[in-house]
Amino acid sequence: MKTLAAESAQQTEQGKIINDFSIQVATVNGSGSQSSNNVLMRSIFQMGIPVSGKNLFPSNIAGLPTWFTIRVNKDGWIARKKEIDILVAMNPQTGVEDVKSLRTNAICISPVEMNLDKVRSDVRHYLVPFGQLAAETTDNIKLRKLLTNMIYVGVVAELLEIEQEEIEKAIRKQFEGKAKVVDLNLGAANKGRQWAKENLKKEDPYYVERLNKTAGKIIIDGNAAAALGCMFAGATVVTWYPITPSSSLCETLADYMEEYRVDKETGKATYAIIQAEDELAALGMALGAGWAGARSMTSTSGPGISLMAEFTGLGYFAEIPTVVFDIQRVGPSTGMPTRTAQADLMSTYQLSHGDTKHIVLLPGSVAECYEMAMDAFNLAERFQTPVFVLSDLDLGMNNWMSDPFQYPTQPIDRGKVLDADELAKLGKFERYRDVDGDGIPYRTLPGTKSPIAAYFTRGSGHNEKAAYTERPEDYVNLMDRLNKKYQTARKYVPKPETHMSKDAKIGVIAFGSSHPAMMEAIEELKNANTPVSYIRVRALPFTEELRQFVEKHDRVYVVEQNRDAQMRDLIRMEMPEHTMKLRSVLHYDGLPLDARSVTDGILEQER
Amino acid sequence: MVTTTPSGSSAPKTNRIGLTLADYKGAPSTLCDGCGHDAITAQIIKACYEVGMDPHMVAKLSGIGCSSKTPAYFLSQSHGFNAVHGRMPSVATGVSMANKQLHLLAVSGDGDTASIGLGQFCHIVRRNVPMVYIVENNGVYGLTKGQFSATAEKGAKAKSGVLNELQSIDLCSLAIELGCGFVGRSFAGDPKQLMALMKAAMSHNGTAVLDVISPCVTFNNHEGSTKSYKYAKEHEIPLHELGYVSFFEQITVDYEPGSVQEVQLHDGSRITLKKLEHDFDPTNRAKAIETIHKANEEKQFLTGLLYIDEQKSSFTDVMDIIDEPLATLPESKTRPPKAALDKIMAELM
Repeated sequence: MKTLAAESAQQTEQGKIINDFSIQVATVNGSGSQSSNNVLMRSIFQMGIPVSGKNLFPSNIAGLPTWFTIRVNKDGWIARKKEIDILVAMNPQTGVEDVKSLRTNAICISPVEMNLDKVRSDVRHYLVPFGQLAAETTDNIKLRKLLTNMIYVGVVAELLEIEQEEIEKAIRKQFEGKAKVVDLNLGAANKGRQWAKENLKKEDPYYVERLNKTAGKIIIDGNAAAALGCMFAGATVVTWYPITPSSSLCETLADYMEEYRVDKETGKATYAIIQAEDELAALGMALGAGWAGARSMTSTSGPGISLMAEFTGLGYFAEIPTVVFDIQRVGPSTGMPTRTAQADLMSTYQLSHGDTKHIVLLPGSVAECYEMAMDAFNLAERFQTPVFVLSDLDLGMNNWMSDPFQYPTQPIDRGKVLDADELAKLGKFERYRDVDGDGIPYRTLPGTKSPIAAYFTRGSGHNEKAAYTERPEDYVNLMDRLNKKYQTARKYVPKPETHMSKDAKIGVIAFGSSHPAMMEAIEELKNANTPVSYIRVRALPFTEELRQFVEKHDRVYVVEQNRDAQMRDLIRMEMPEHTMKLRSVLHYDGLPLDARSVTDGILEQER
Repeated sequence: MVTTTPSGSSAPKTNRIGLTLADYKGAPSTLCDGCGHDAITAQIIKACYEVGMDPHMVAKLSGIGCSSKTPAYFLSQSHGFNAVHGRMPSVATGVSMANKQLHLLAVSGDGDTASIGLGQFCHIVRRNVPMVYIVENNGVYGLTKGQFSATAEKGAKAKSGVLNELQSIDLCSLAIELGCGFVGRSFAGDPKQLMALMKAAMSHNGTAVLDVISPCVTFNNHEGSTKSYKYAKEHEIPLHELGYVSFFEQITVDYEPGSVQEVQLHDGSRITLKKLEHDFDPTNRAKAIETIHKANEEKQFLTGLLYIDEQKSSFTDVMDIIDEPLATLPESKTRPPKAALDKIMAELM
């Protein structure tokens, strides 16, 4: 780290800031800017420089403002950066506001006719005649708007010194298989680059320089990663209802399944995917399929989770496996459907009426979206219960750099299912008896050719033989066994990840998509002489490691992306004796968490 | 299982797969004495026995309500699933996807289907999931003590004396409108017709909806009720006399030419419709809806096979899933090889 810091200082002395800045592109949604932004991000990635991209988009199809933020960071910090260094202001609707939000000496690239240089004189402006350049690129008026976006890619590439061949490679990848489109876009990018070379005088310190830090890495969004996990988990029945930001999970899964899950001998699908009429039906179908023995799943977001509450109780009480992804967005109600949050934690953990508590997995990276999808199916079948995977919009819909995913090393775990032969050997079967003492009973599937396989599944009171009962002792027996099963799950869910700092008195707890910002914040805190240890919770129920962590530290901050400190309260419920040492840093404005907010949030309370 | 039988004559009769009628029974009913639902349960048991339904290949499904309790009272050797109120169709859809070899036998009520579950009912019919969907229709909520359901006729009188001011939902015309390929209406007090309809429904490939008027003896069997035994008996007009010939029975029946219409069912069985006063063709969709509307206007209680189309593709046909049940596919068929992951990763670099 010392070497890097020294390098950094040296670069600044020379007036250059290399591989450490953020770019924000402000456009109108539906204008094709997403392709341009991907090209920009990918070309930097291809130069071996760690990069991340975040799309801040409206709940709208076309015509409303959208912002795409690219963070370039040589040290590999890929969380959102609070400050914008370079603004590409392409949207006349928001241009004035966008440029006003910049800090002094930031950079603004904008169309000359927007006159943004009149708004802020303490910002360095590059004024570009985008309209004229687009007109020179094509006669087709419709295409001009789209190509304008690729022209700014060329301008930015020239200013930052992004290698031309990487721009070309990224454009070819973006429009793979469409030669005409590739040519048009290459032409536009070159137009921008050429114009910038001839007309702009470099007045800012920002540059990219080739590194070797992204070789062998992939770029993927969390929903696609989760979809891959589901496919390799052997999911067989997939049900869903369209909802932002979850839809792309099942849509991507459908694409992958079509390619990789068709039976070679018969040409028929080894899966079923169905778009349900609503989220109630989506979970009903998933439970019906899970009951009949499929590896079933559904994916939704907050409003869908609310609709699934009733069926979740049935799944918990009747002990039916299924997997539910919640790609969290901002609530309550419709909330802000295209903004991110971690505010479904409490409601999902205890979803449904009566005494219920669920296994909840909390992926903190795209790789974990992939791995935990597989964990979720195994846990659902092992524990015969709905298992929830709480991702969020930031993790699910944004592109992230990652190491390639690992092929599963463990076989699929179908849990305690008795077939006809085993039933014949046992001579007796009681669906809800705790035979093994771990709270997990055995189940049979419909279609099992045995006179003793059948049982009656119900959401009403039932005894060990699955018969209807209202006897108080039967109910208590059942509820206590369900609790015992839940306690058993503590030993099976993913353990937390800890980053200990020697002798640190302060502990920090976080989960999910907060992780990249947390890692950066810990470094910042260290540099501010406030060393902290960090534990990332990866599942509910909590495991023993969390208790030990809380016990070990004098003050423990729980960082989370919701208003009501939901994770902190869950920890307080679990360990009331530590209530007083648990503090909160909360971030709930709908934007992805950034390191500065965490660092400031902790330092303020430490003062 | 009885292994020693003193004499051949006292051995219980068995069906084509060697099971006795008792093998198709369930737990004792806990419904009110004389409940129409129990009469329907008895017909389900008998129908399954007579067609030789393999109990371990049946999945019994229901929602919530008096009617939805009944799957516990038949086919104790079949897996059963008592779901949540109005949501049985989604559970059935999931079961069907997981194991397309299972025979789905579902029982619901008028509240469960026409009120809280109307959306799911419409969508299962739209998808044409292969199943027998019996609505035990008594026009009231029994378990909550006699409130009207959405199938109660306008002008019907509740036990409390309250008149129903709202029009009713006719599940049969709705099902036909939604594209259902098998729609029948019957009466718990007409076991012969109900038996033929049930067997034919089991031979159908797709959703078969049977709306069976099943009087609630406790809350809706009084004077002024339009779903009482008395009212149904007095107003029932069978559209035809129904018969059923199984694919495994080589029976030829002689009819007077033109007096009987025969429809070949998906599994090779046949349903026979002997003409009565009405000249009704259940393969004519528009005519079927018109006939139902007219009967409702004239306060007639028409029963029989209202509509049939044996050519429709079922949900299972459309899904194009592998023949083996998805539920029990081995890992070798459900987890793609490492080469697949490697290829995907390379594409993402």
